[in-house]
Amino acid sequence: MAIQILMPALSPTMEEGTLAKWLVKEGDTVKSGQILAEIETDKATMEFEAVDEGIIGKLLVAEGTAGVKVNAPIATLVEANESADATPVPVAAAAPAPVAAPAAATAAAKAPVEIKSAASPDWPAGTAMKTMTVREALREAMAEEMRANPNVFLMGEEVGEYQGAYKISQGLLDEFGPKRVVDTPITEHGFAGIAVGASFGGLNPIVEFMTFNFAMQAIDHIINSAAKTLYMSGGQMGSPIVFRGPNGAAARVGAQHSQDYSAWYAQIPGLKVVVPYSASDAKGLLKQAIRDPNPVIFLENEILYGKSFDVPVLDDFTIPFGKARIWREGTDVTIVSFGIGMTYALEAAEKLAADGISAEVIDLRTLRPIDYDTVLASVMKTNRCVTVEEGWPVGAIGNHIGATIMMRAFDYLDAPVINCTGKDVPMPYAANLEKHALLTTAEVIEAVKSVCYR
Amino acid sequence: MAAPKTAAKSNNSKEELLGFYRQMLLIRRFEEKAGQLYGMGLIGGFCHLYIGQEAVVVGIEAAAKEGDKRLTSYRDHGHMLACGMDPKGVMAELTGRSGGYSRGKGGSMHMFSKEKHFYGGHGIVGAQVPLGAGLAFADKYLGNDNVTFTYFGDGAANQGQVYETYNMAELWNLPVVFVIENNHYAMGTSVKRSTHSKTLWERGAAYGIKGEAVDGMDVLAVKAAAEKAVAACRAGQGPYILEMMTYRYRGHSMSDPAKYRTREEVEKIKSEKDAIEHVRDLLLQGGHANDDDLKAIDKDIKAIVNDAAEFAKDSPEPDLAELWTDIYA
Repeated sequence: MAIQILMPALSPTMEEGTLAKWLVKEGDTVKSGQILAEIETDKATMEFEAVDEGIIGKLLVAEGTAGVKVNAPIATLVEANESADATPVPVAAAAPAPVAAPAAATAAAKAPVEIKSAASPDWPAGTAMKTMTVREALREAMAEEMRANPNVFLMGEEVGEYQGAYKISQGLLDEFGPKRVVDTPITEHGFAGIAVGASFGGLNPIVEFMTFNFAMQAIDHIINSAAKTLYMSGGQMGSPIVFRGPNGAAARVGAQHSQDYSAWYAQIPGLKVVVPYSASDAKGLLKQAIRDPNPVIFLENEILYGKSFDVPVLDDFTIPFGKARIWREGTDVTIVSFGIGMTYALEAAEKLAADGISAEVIDLRTLRPIDYDTVLASVMKTNRCVTVEEGWPVGAIGNHIGATIMMRAFDYLDAPVINCTGKDVPMPYAANLEKHALLTTAEVIEAVKSVCYR
Repeated sequence: MAAPKTAAKSNNSKEELLGFYRQMLLIRRFEEKAGQLYGMGLIGGFCHLYIGQEAVVVGIEAAAKEGDKRLTSYRDHGHMLACGMDPKGVMAELTGRSGGYSRGKGGSMHMFSKEKHFYGGHGIVGAQVPLGAGLAFADKYLGNDNVTFTYFGDGAANQGQVYETYNMAELWNLPVVFVIENNHYAMGTSVKRSTHSKTLWERGAAYGIKGEAVDGMDVLAVKAAAEKAVAACRAGQGPYILEMMTYRYRGHSMSDPAKYRTREEVEKIKSEKDAIEHVRDLLLQGGHANDDDLKAIDKDIKAIVNDAAEFAKDSPEPDLAELWTDIYA
């Protein structure tokens, strides 16, 4: 049975090419794998091999012909007892035509109706409280989850014998032993990859980066290996893993050790991103993160580690992702922040109250998923919004919040949304310069007064 | 690669040799068909064929047991067929159809099978190396005797994360066999042009890892070496490095102009070292099979591959709703 030999596609983008040279002639017997012709594409000259055995019937395209379309018949292949003029069988259908992309059905396109804030208290009224630092809360969260699930383990630099570079893991080695509190060499790329592999293999790793600045060495595994595998495997396997550690500026450590990665990770579908401010959130959200079947980026802050907050005394206390917390109710303006940014937001709100401006302060707590509805409900009430974060201004979380408000609550706005961010410079070392590079409470107050036309 | 091929020994049974022949032939014919479908525009993007290297995966898999894991780079079709994944599901993934292993969402370079313990299909050169060590870490943590086969090429062997992984794999005695498929060309750069090292496996010695070079065109030699490496890993003496000296007949991907090596070089390997011809000779000379027997196998394999291709063409494209699924568990 005669078959047609078609002009092959020899690169992902090739649509046509030049048949530079035939290496066989009519009547030649060819074997599978034998080179039939040289074909020039826009990038290179390629050899084209036979995919079946037979006899070359007709060469349909002459040597040197340019502009031969992919899938155009260029020769026929016949069997030994067939005439060279045998009618070739119809060729297999070419690739299906691309179907138009589906209409974007994103939440952003929805009309601003029925916005109901999910913000609500995280624990029942009357729950006993105790005061603890963010550091203690993080440690308790890990210890409780490690007690509950033998497949949870902690891995990172100095997490064991050193008792944690920032003392978050203090005491864990004593309780859980070296099998579950694993000191690694200083090799972020490698151990992040090993941890992701362990998560594929059925474990629930917590990877501590001494700081997220060093996670830059490991970001390929965080994004390409951890975040994308569930999708690429059609849902067969994913990566239940937590990457945690201090993020953002500490103090006087210069450009390479002072960067806020919130917006970077928040961009990645497949990751969940948590940026806690208080100790209760640190505990409830970290326990939730360890139980989550997806990769979670848990961005802590060194300056907040020693700060004390009330934490509920409950046997098993978790906070669901995607639920903002309203720290302070107000009527004149909405201040949206997260993580260390909350320090400036709350301080500004306090001072603004003295000036007669009532600010509502929202802590997003998680950036993926993000609680848009609580923000929108608040802005519909106050008609003004200022966002506060320590990261850089280009592609900031505040940009996204501002755009979402514009798309979904434009008619409610009485002033443009202002994004308060860190300055668009690498972090300087000099004390006076560093102070100016960082966000300040005064800047937040100024922005609020500006949107309130005061 | 000048070492003589392993002669058939009494412990290589007729069944085993026939099995090797079938499996290697399946990979070759499957890859030829994939190349054909690519030429027809049915397979898009990148497509890296395994033709020439068949003895490596087939020999390694002969030393594996249920529960063992494997993962590799983007040149992954052969590994999937060798561990028993369905050719239909693999081919349908290549054509981006709903019948594919990843329901069309992964493509040639990103395929997985939880059932067959195949952990990808990784498109980032070298990324699978720490991931494989991590799978082995999990098995050791869970206290079973499974082994993970982590395949990578001579190109990936120059990635820093490989050596970060060697260091920790030996430090923690992880049950992982690092299989370096040295096909002599990282895309178009020969090993000689990318490193001063004479061998790649010996680099493991710096970390205390045992290893050896193996004739990767000889499936019997591959199997024997794999058994040794696996035994060490199961006995808690892992990791182990096997450097398979092999050769890829086709280009790096479908769009490879092959200007970095001569046609004569390729032809010489094909005629003198071909892994399938080797087993074919062993079967014929050993009186285990005659020409008709082998023709019957060829026909059988051709039918399997044609069925896979038909399935891959007929399987519908994924439903548009699939765009939004499997992002979060």
